[in-house]
Amino acid sequence: MTDVRDVIVIGSGPSGYTAALYAARARLRPLVFEGSVTSGGALMKTTDVENYPGFPDGVIGPDLMDSMRKQAERFGAELIADDVTEVDLTVDPKVVNVGGDTYLAKTVIIATGSSYRQLNVPGEDLLSGHGVSWCATCDGFFFREQDIAVVGGGDSAMEEATFLTRFARSVTVIHRRDALRASKIMQDRAFANPKVKFAWDSEVVEILGEDRVTGVRLRNTKTREESELAVTGIFVAIGHDPRSELFTGQLPTDPEGYLLVDQPSTRTAIEGVFAAGDVVDHTYRQAVTAAGTGCAAALDAERWLADLADQET
Amino acid sequence: MGATRAVTDATFEDEVLKSEKPVVVDYWAEWCGPCRQVSPVLEEIAGEHADKIDVVKLNVDENPVTSQKYRILNLPTLSVFKGGEVVKEIVGARPKSALLRELADFI
Repeated sequence: MTDVRDVIVIGSGPSGYTAALYAARARLRPLVFEGSVTSGGALMKTTDVENYPGFPDGVIGPDLMDSMRKQAERFGAELIADDVTEVDLTVDPKVVNVGGDTYLAKTVIIATGSSYRQLNVPGEDLLSGHGVSWCATCDGFFFREQDIAVVGGGDSAMEEATFLTRFARSVTVIHRRDALRASKIMQDRAFANPKVKFAWDSEVVEILGEDRVTGVRLRNTKTREESELAVTGIFVAIGHDPRSELFTGQLPTDPEGYLLVDQPSTRTAIEGVFAAGDVVDHTYRQAVTAAGTGCAAALDAERWLADLADQET
Repeated sequence: MGATRAVTDATFEDEVLKSEKPVVVDYWAEWCGPCRQVSPVLEEIAGEHADKIDVVKLNVDENPVTSQKYRILNLPTLSVFKGGEVVKEIVGARPKSALLRELADFI
């Protein structure tokens, strides 16, 4: 059997890496399961991050994650790019399974983040990879001089729309409401861009095309009238869902699946289990807030371990 | 460079289409974050299954002809070529276990 670790961190991204950094500096030898292809988290799909403090000229998302990763590693965090497949947090020590391997820990910090929400409309699955995309930075390049659309009204949708104008002839933002949710600066940038158009009060009811996207069918959310928009690419940025399935039945969530913590701490309903970042936060969802709660989770875990040691002596 | 190797528009025919073994082509680009994530996973798979398959990497930015010919629209895309034909396409980064499941017919 493996030894019992002080801390296992599940997930990476700003929250997981910051938790790992603090736990490593507290000499808690954290073991971090970064995820095999989700390592680095949502920022791996962004370009310039302009609102992370300390980078006056912005920083490339994947570069920021590489730096955080290295910083955690420098202080002794052990990083494993693999996926946790099962956990039992109800026993002591807590059990974390990764494929066929079992790991044990006194405390677990959950920083599994969120995953992209799908539209759930006809054509989406079929045409995924044939014009339907979740990653503007990856796929924008293929849509040079074409008319494409972005679905969503938040910061990520505006970032993608603005980014995609580097390649596309036009980018239509499809949004269910008549006003955007995005921050003022992102809105202004999109409004000022002559290539960005808006389809307000519109929802996508179907993605059209046989072997590649040829358009979308829209429905006006007020008049219920339907119309078609000819586009060759559609980028979905309608938000995220918390990645909390691994803990179903063990940890309480809100109706949307976000893990519940005893705020302002990061304590969950189970002693020794802490949660941080986007899997908890449905309000702020920023790289810097995720890093902040990741730090808090490591400090909470450190204190919890110290109390445990006191009780044992 | 580890167990994978780079192919180009110029070498694609010889190294992929005329290959005796099935070839997994990893379409990637410098700017694609998920490509960076899936890359070490592919190195492992290439090393562990070198007897059955080749894994090659095609930079779409430097080699537009091939990616256009095969109508690649998302990165990363993994295409399995067998006897010069695409027999499988995997779009988007996946965990190693999922990739191995997808590639089970060839390894």
